[in-house]
Amino acid sequence: MNIALYIFIGIGCLFNLIGVIGLHRFPDFYTRLHAATKCTTFGSIFLIIAVMIQSIAIWTTEGISSPESVLSIHSFIAMIALVLTNATGAHAIARAGHRSGVKPVRAVVDDIDGAKIND
Amino acid sequence: MMWISVAIALVIFIIVALIRLIIGPTIPDRLVALDTINTIVIVIMIVLGAAFKEVLLIDVAIVYAVLSFITTLFIAKYIEKGNF
Amino acid sequence: MAFLVTSITVYIFYLLMTTSSGNLLLWSKEELIIGGVLAIVVGALTKNILVKKDLRMLSPRRIFLFLIYLIFVWFPALAVANIDVAYRVITGKINPGIVKIQPKLPNDLSLMILANSITLTPGTLSVEVDEKTNALYVHWINVDKAALKKMPRDPKYVCGKFPEWARRIAG
Repeated sequence: MNIALYIFIGIGCLFNLIGVIGLHRFPDFYTRLHAATKCTTFGSIFLIIAVMIQSIAIWTTEGISSPESVLSIHSFIAMIALVLTNATGAHAIARAGHRSGVKPVRAVVDDIDGAKIND
Repeated sequence: MMWISVAIALVIFIIVALIRLIIGPTIPDRLVALDTINTIVIVIMIVLGAAFKEVLLIDVAIVYAVLSFITTLFIAKYIEKGNF
Repeated sequence: MAFLVTSITVYIFYLLMTTSSGNLLLWSKEELIIGGVLAIVVGALTKNILVKKDLRMLSPRRIFLFLIYLIFVWFPALAVANIDVAYRVITGKINPGIVKIQPKLPNDLSLMILANSITLTPGTLSVEVDEKTNALYVHWINVDKAALKKMPRDPKYVCGKFPEWARRIAG
């Protein structure tokens, strides 16, 4: 049980680190958004699952009315909120960045340039 | 002890992202950094909630997730149009 | 009907948030009553926002398919996406571009599922949507030369089997 916990925490911290480094390594705003959104979402899912594993391990020994059961259920709801809001927020940022006139750097193709968009 | 060290590592990641928030260069870049910081703050709250066995911190994390999402949407709308 | 669906969803969330507050099963009497009143108020206020007379997601088959999709299709793709981004962060090899795809999806819900899946899966990020024709503009971090022959591009190269899944779940 402890080993699984350490593996989940390790994966979570590693991907959060990669996401943050990606903010500095990539040349333009769209590619930075790739690193920031995907890696921090994935790392956060793993860290929250680690919290849930620990709580459920205590929960199964102490019964359902212990505070740990509440902790795992609330962590699960926080995870759902995090995944939904991260994906939608990334879409909003990308669209705002494009409409404010940021062009992708080193792009080989740009279909959106000059396209007519109805909304 | 383990959860506290995870929280400290995450705080270091926030500081690294904060450098991108300060140097920019464009406003959407800063918004990306802000979004990253918000996500990591939510995770820190949940990790600290597990460290201190405090359910209240996780409730705050849920509300923070929703509020930071709305903040991101409004800043994005502001960048898009130039005003509200 | 829309009112009922919204109220029950809100009530389930309220009950999840207040577990182990008393000894009536898991909840105390006060929490159950206040949750019910709040669920009715919220359901009456927001019934036209959440479901909009579109009750197709109530069928158990679609919910089951959605869960299958989340666990066996979406989550492995997310893992692959992260390893891909980690590789590109370390080596710095990128070949970006914005492409237009026309997934031919019938309604807004399936388009939302597809756009959110695209954002979290390998190498792609949805940037803009054309609401009249349901075309998506996708930022692609490693553009495949084979996809650039046709216009709009073939969704097969950009997002694999996701359009079929979105159509199957919400179409």
